[in-house]
Amino acid sequence: MSELGIVYALLGAAIAVLLAGAGSSIGVGIAGQAAAGVVTEDPSKFAKVLIMQLLPGTQGIYGLLVGFITLSKVGLLGGQVAAITPQTGLMILAACLPIGIVGLISGKYQGKTSAASIGIVAKKPDQFGKAMLFPAMVETYAILALLISILAVSNIPV
Amino acid sequence: MAVLQMQRFSICALKKDRKAILEKLQALGVMEIDNSVIEDDSLQKMDTVESRQVFEKQAVMAEHALDVLQKYVPEKTSMLSSLEGKKQVNRWEYEKIVQNRDVMSKRARELVNLNKEISENNANVVKLENQIESLAPWMSLEVPMTYRGTRSAAFLVGTMSRAMTMEEIRTAVAEHAPDLDAYDVTILSADKDLTYLAVVCLRKDADKLEDALRASGFARPSQMVSKVPSELKKNLEEQIQQLNSKTKQIESQIAEYKDYRNDLRLFVDYYRIRAEKYQILGQIPQSKQTFFISGYVPEGAVPLLKEKIENAYNCTVDVEEIKEEEEPPVLLKNGKISSSVEGVLESYGLPHKGEVDPTRIMSVFYIVLFGMMLSDAAYGLLVSLVCFIALKKFPRMAEGLAKSIRLFMYCGISTLIWGVLFGGYFGNVVDIVSEVYFGHKVVIPALWFVPLNNPMKLLIFSLGLGIVHLFFGLGIKGYSYIKNKDYMGFLCDVVFWYMLLVGLLLMLIPSDLFASIAQAKIVFPPFVNLLAKVLAIGGAVGLLLFAARDNKNFGLRLALGAYELYNITGWLSDVLSYSRLLALGLATGVIASVVNQMGSMMGTSIIGVIGFIVVFIVGHTLNLAINLLGAYVHTNRLQFVEFFGKFYEGGGRPFNPFKQNTKYVDIKEEN
Repeated sequence: MSELGIVYALLGAAIAVLLAGAGSSIGVGIAGQAAAGVVTEDPSKFAKVLIMQLLPGTQGIYGLLVGFITLSKVGLLGGQVAAITPQTGLMILAACLPIGIVGLISGKYQGKTSAASIGIVAKKPDQFGKAMLFPAMVETYAILALLISILAVSNIPV
Repeated sequence: MAVLQMQRFSICALKKDRKAILEKLQALGVMEIDNSVIEDDSLQKMDTVESRQVFEKQAVMAEHALDVLQKYVPEKTSMLSSLEGKKQVNRWEYEKIVQNRDVMSKRARELVNLNKEISENNANVVKLENQIESLAPWMSLEVPMTYRGTRSAAFLVGTMSRAMTMEEIRTAVAEHAPDLDAYDVTILSADKDLTYLAVVCLRKDADKLEDALRASGFARPSQMVSKVPSELKKNLEEQIQQLNSKTKQIESQIAEYKDYRNDLRLFVDYYRIRAEKYQILGQIPQSKQTFFISGYVPEGAVPLLKEKIENAYNCTVDVEEIKEEEEPPVLLKNGKISSSVEGVLESYGLPHKGEVDPTRIMSVFYIVLFGMMLSDAAYGLLVSLVCFIALKKFPRMAEGLAKSIRLFMYCGISTLIWGVLFGGYFGNVVDIVSEVYFGHKVVIPALWFVPLNNPMKLLIFSLGLGIVHLFFGLGIKGYSYIKNKDYMGFLCDVVFWYMLLVGLLLMLIPSDLFASIAQAKIVFPPFVNLLAKVLAIGGAVGLLLFAARDNKNFGLRLALGAYELYNITGWLSDVLSYSRLLALGLATGVIASVVNQMGSMMGTSIIGVIGFIVVFIVGHTLNLAINLLGAYVHTNRLQFVEFFGKFYEGGGRPFNPFKQNTKYVDIKEEN
């Protein structure tokens, strides 16, 4: 039965990367459409709107981060694959859920906020600093989820 | 940490010195004109709109000429040219252009006209090409379209309104004029909605035939040419060629102007400066013999201005303090390190009147927090080196840009230090390379500890740093209360909060909750525990009773006090927000490790090593870029939301002096 443990753990890593990555791609996609619209009108704003577009991209990285920590924890990245009981495997799976789910949802909404902030940059380029704050507010919750995921994964005894 | 003190500087001088004084003020660029205080109905203002428009028109025309030059003889610029900043020119070079401004104006106009000629040529070419295209269906016609036929035979051309075959046409004619057969129809060409015909028939049948054809959609062409189409086409093509070669000729004529590019730029700047001067000139009140001008000048620049104006001209100068109700513009003055974050502060808002400039404290935290989020020694070294080289190589960089680059240089140094503390050098590249390629694992030990091995420790440190940051914010609030002599406010809004927070912290540290996070039990002596309780309760009661001290209604006052106390949750979330220091720091390190690991998977052969190098360069460039962005955004956020939320409002008006607002060059003043 010990194989099932590693399956759960891997499923956890997959969920973290998958959902958070999907959230980021939705978000970056939404923001990218708005950014492209601005650049058609005024190509000189390219750098500013590109930064705005990239803001919802971090959730995917957080997912990758948790996925990677999980994989190295269970020894799938070279070295000995640890013998994991199904209970531990499920614990790891649970630990991966916060960043996966919060990453998906916050990524999408951060993308929408970024698109709105791109609107600010289009009309008032000097308000870039303030415009950047709105998407960063959404990201806070992804960071909190990441924190719990990291702490949980790295503190589960294997 | 200083908002420069402004003073009101007023000049009253003779009208004949008007332009000279304005020019002097503009060249010095230390005074923001504000004539709103001078109100007197007997004073007149000059109408300068017309002459200003003339100057602006000149500048716009020269700009246009520069665009033309850029279009036909593009100037080679490197990718880094935007860092170069404005060129410096000597006064005499500038004066030379000013003297030759009529010649320059003529040249600019010539360039604009040449460009106009080219676009006219191009429009004509398009027109001719259209004409050729409309001839295309008639091309096989060997007589002119207007040819009417011979004495007894009639000839006509025309189109049928749909694609038709010869049989269809004959049937259609037979239907309408069954007795007609002495005619000949040639289909010249056909496309999907028109058939082009040439028809020959006896002259006496001409009308009948045309009617018959018309019944099935025949029409004469709307435009007839009186030449044989193929000849005409040749003719038109020749014309196009002529136009094109003329365009080429004009282009080479334009190219001859390329040496005047810099002169034209000076010309543009000259008229811009002059237009601005006239704008101010239109604002200053004047009497018959004198004029008045008043504005804000930073205190430090007053003696210089006084000397330059008072000694040189016949005038009276008056310097006074800013009045209570005035909102003077804000100019910051800080040391080299602190001033580098001024750009970040400006993007939030300058301090309003009476507010403390937080730049210095902010700069320290900005650099520390930024470094902690990036926390990789190699990345830090790279960033600071690139910024340092850029600063050295382009000393004339625009000021705002130079400030941000300097900020990134300091942040890079901070990143380097944090990287050494946490043992990150391109992630774990040293471990991987030594293990995979040399078979012997070398680890550069972290000077402090490796975050990934002990995230709880870093989390506690991050939150602790956050508390320090926020306490500084509260401290600045207290400082400004004391500065404004509002001691009650200082006690109620600052001291009580400090008491409550410190008390709660002291109660938290010996608790089991903290022990489980920190993995170490800390036991305070009993008197500290008692002190904690006293502080917390004292602070809480103080806030409850005095937070809404201005409110007369005691019940409401208590309710508002309770609400103020509820803000403790705000503090909690603010402190937790600093956990992003841990998260972003880990992100950099882990992604860097992923890159290294991926690179090393290709083995130790030559191809494997090349593959490693490629993956290394691409992967680390991406990682650096995305984490630089992350660190920048989140450091800003911590400053703007958490730190400024404690004490700062902003909303000051930036100092906008009357100066030589040039676009292309800086004019070097000679003393």
